[in-house]
Amino acid sequence: MIRPADQFDVAVVGGGIVGSSIALGLMERGQRVLLLDEGDLAHRAARANFGLVWLQSKGDGMPAYMRWTRRSTDLWPAFADQLRQMTGVDVEYRRKGGVYYCLGEADFDARRRKVASMRAQADVFDTEMLDRTGLERLMPGVRFGREVVGASYCHRDGDCNPLRLLQALHTVLLRLGVDHRIGAPVERVEAVAGAFRIQSQSGFFESGKVVIAAGHGSPALAEQLGLPSPIRSERGQILVTERVRPFLPLPGSGIRQTADGTILIGSSSENVGFDDRTTVAVGAGMAARALRVLPSLAGLRLNRTWSGFRVLTPDKHPVYAESSRYPGAFIALCHSGVTLAAAHAGDFAEAVARGSLGAFLDQFHAERFDVRSAA
Amino acid sequence: MHDLVIIGAGPAGMAAAMEARSLGLDVVVLDEQAQPGGQIYRAVETAQQRGGTLELGQDYRAGLELIAAFRACGARYLPGHQVWQVERDGAVYASDGRQTRMFQGRRILICVGAVERPVPIPGWTLPGVMSVGAAQIIQKTTGYQPGEGIWIGGSGPLAFYYAATVISAGGRIAGFLDTTPSGTLSVARAKWRSLASGWRDALKGLGYIARMRRGVDRYVKGVERIEALGQDRIEAIRWHVGGRWHESPARGLLLHEGVIPHTHMTVSLGCAHHWDEQQQCFRPTTDACGQTDQDTILVAGDCAGIAGAQAAQCRGRLAAQGAARALGRIEQAEFDKRFATTRAALQGHEALRPFLDAMYRPSAHLQAPDDDVLVCRCEGISARMIRDAVEIGARGPNQAKAYTRCGMGPCQGRMCGLTVTTTIAQAAGISPQTVGGFRIRPPLKPLSLGELASLARTGQAE
Amino acid sequence: MFVQPPKGVRSRLIAVTVDGEEVLIPEGSSAALAAMQASPTGTRRSPATGQARAPYCMMGACFECLLEIDGVPSLQGCLIVVRPGMTICRPQGAREIPDA
Repeated sequence: MIRPADQFDVAVVGGGIVGSSIALGLMERGQRVLLLDEGDLAHRAARANFGLVWLQSKGDGMPAYMRWTRRSTDLWPAFADQLRQMTGVDVEYRRKGGVYYCLGEADFDARRRKVASMRAQADVFDTEMLDRTGLERLMPGVRFGREVVGASYCHRDGDCNPLRLLQALHTVLLRLGVDHRIGAPVERVEAVAGAFRIQSQSGFFESGKVVIAAGHGSPALAEQLGLPSPIRSERGQILVTERVRPFLPLPGSGIRQTADGTILIGSSSENVGFDDRTTVAVGAGMAARALRVLPSLAGLRLNRTWSGFRVLTPDKHPVYAESSRYPGAFIALCHSGVTLAAAHAGDFAEAVARGSLGAFLDQFHAERFDVRSAA
Repeated sequence: MHDLVIIGAGPAGMAAAMEARSLGLDVVVLDEQAQPGGQIYRAVETAQQRGGTLELGQDYRAGLELIAAFRACGARYLPGHQVWQVERDGAVYASDGRQTRMFQGRRILICVGAVERPVPIPGWTLPGVMSVGAAQIIQKTTGYQPGEGIWIGGSGPLAFYYAATVISAGGRIAGFLDTTPSGTLSVARAKWRSLASGWRDALKGLGYIARMRRGVDRYVKGVERIEALGQDRIEAIRWHVGGRWHESPARGLLLHEGVIPHTHMTVSLGCAHHWDEQQQCFRPTTDACGQTDQDTILVAGDCAGIAGAQAAQCRGRLAAQGAARALGRIEQAEFDKRFATTRAALQGHEALRPFLDAMYRPSAHLQAPDDDVLVCRCEGISARMIRDAVEIGARGPNQAKAYTRCGMGPCQGRMCGLTVTTTIAQAAGISPQTVGGFRIRPPLKPLSLGELASLARTGQAE
Repeated sequence: MFVQPPKGVRSRLIAVTVDGEEVLIPEGSSAALAAMQASPTGTRRSPATGQARAPYCMMGACFECLLEIDGVPSLQGCLIVVRPGMTICRPQGAREIPDA
């Protein structure tokens, strides 16, 4: 679908889950949206995702982020329904709660303290500690390893299929008539007479506003627009097993069973730049830990491994900002694009459409890092 | 630490091991099979013990001599070991089915051979539909031949050779549907040099074709389409030729449209690959000794590019020479001499290749199947679903995989990868080279979680 | 689908069981061949599509030959040579966790 290079209301740079969610929200609010997308081998964090729609333990030290996560998880059920109705794609969203396994008493105590501390900062989680008996009652028939003494449990936690989410988003955007340019890396964005001129490999575009949501592709463009992009890359590896008959009803920290029946095992973090290889050392460690939680998995065949690069800010919480030098230019950076997809399609898109982030989202400006380092 | 870790014990791997040993290198050979020979000489030792090698021809029996020499060369040979990960620093992880051992090599030589080109036709997933290669493996390992009502559909030297050996053994082929594109004469004219210099191999091939045509119950040439029909097994086949469809009951269908390099391991290592327009497949990019763009990794044999068993031995020797030179274990003069001799032999064995590649080019409908045809067998993804993925933004197989799950099943794209690439190429109007192939991740073979977890404690190299 | 040749050397047959039924199969066969010969309407159902499937490539590439062999599930039957008394079971759908 080729259109002449006419005016768009908003150009969203980045076609992953963050960019696509924002584009959807903008389209629904009557904006004419251009979505610019790098293509097949972009470092798509969207494709290397565990799939949790997760609330518990998000935002320690930043109550605003806790509330933002809670807001998004509250919006998720309707968001998933809407996607299914508009596209026929089921993103396999399930919300039956989620657990964080504790191996040993010290682990359990530390977790309990953290949960209590976070409740004191903002009471939005409804997270409780379960002892071993409580955990077994929650997941009957599941045999846990000896060391599992309990877990923290939040009934608002859930999961989805992040690949189907991206497919659904791209499908709905196509149906709504967004101009989705693929294989068109953006080279330059400049402010020109109150609007923005975007130069990409597929031509020039003009838009009233621009949103940079390009994950690791953001910094160069952010700099051109006076936007902060204090991110680093952290490699996470994931193991995927063969399909298994459904037996694990709830997602947990580092182990969940997908709707297809495969078991995903994580998690890890390494600073290796953009080396996307998966390694035996990390895989073996994750497998060993998973077997401490669920020894019955030992015989399962591993089918494949993934890696992805988390988009991490200094405190790991999102950065949202509008450029003060070039009003109308926004940036959205986070590593929880799946959990936040509903809020991105909702409140965030609303703010961009309106033309200003507003007091709540202003709390996510990168200036908070300067305050910290100064203090 | 070994000088050279060789993965695969077919002609390339065996020849490389022997050459490397003659240069004094310390060599270990990891073989997924129970005995050396790869696919072409599969089970030839036990076949000889059974007394069943005669009908399979001189070429097959030649494997015996090669295997005997290999066994005597002093390389450490480990059968029954599946390599599931190779790392660029030279670490190779192999499982014997119960436990994993890690081997460290200064150089790694990958000789994992070829796989059959996928033949996505309607009904190709029905029980009773198999590749010709599969039938040949059965023939070599057990002596069994096709029973009643088994048809062959396809083209290429392997299909003719197999049919000829079945006939020689007194077996029956209900019918051979030859899909070789018409225009043999114009190909022969265009590739006359290849035909002329490879005339010995060409003559041998003609012999197989003649024997096949004399012996099969029914032979049809110029077949354009083949379909397998049935519910829980194949019951009938239909084929399109001369402007109309024909049908016949069938109890089996053996498909073949050539072989392609098995590139999973080299792709997983991040080696550069390129699209070979002549062979219509991807192959690793290497120098004349099989050196890839990763210092420690070399390739030889059909996994570097399809050229047959004799060429594979030459390439194996060249790789061993290259590895020895990189390790400073061969004088330049000695290298030059061996290299020149082996190169000359290789050229002879590759002579007929351009003619064969032109004669047996896969047809367009296999590269961009009709909408309803299954492309990804494991996950049940049709060609239509791949095209839908292109419509919502996929410009390459990895995005298509993310949208549809194609390539995510147990075979990890071995049966569908090429078709996904060529289907996207056609739908998006871009070249296969630009489209690229699946990103391949370890484990290259399935591995149990318990076996992987056990490495968290040990991880010692052999 | 495959049979002893009418002339020439005949392979020695050995006995294995497929889903509890005894099957005679030539020495040197793979477990996949044994299962295939015993069960022409498929050696498994695809967990993704529910279709009947059977071995296709016999060389470890297609993974259609996944079988339970001597009690161990999810093995590629084409890479395992039969031994007398081997027990081969065809999988029924996706794998189950034994005691979870």
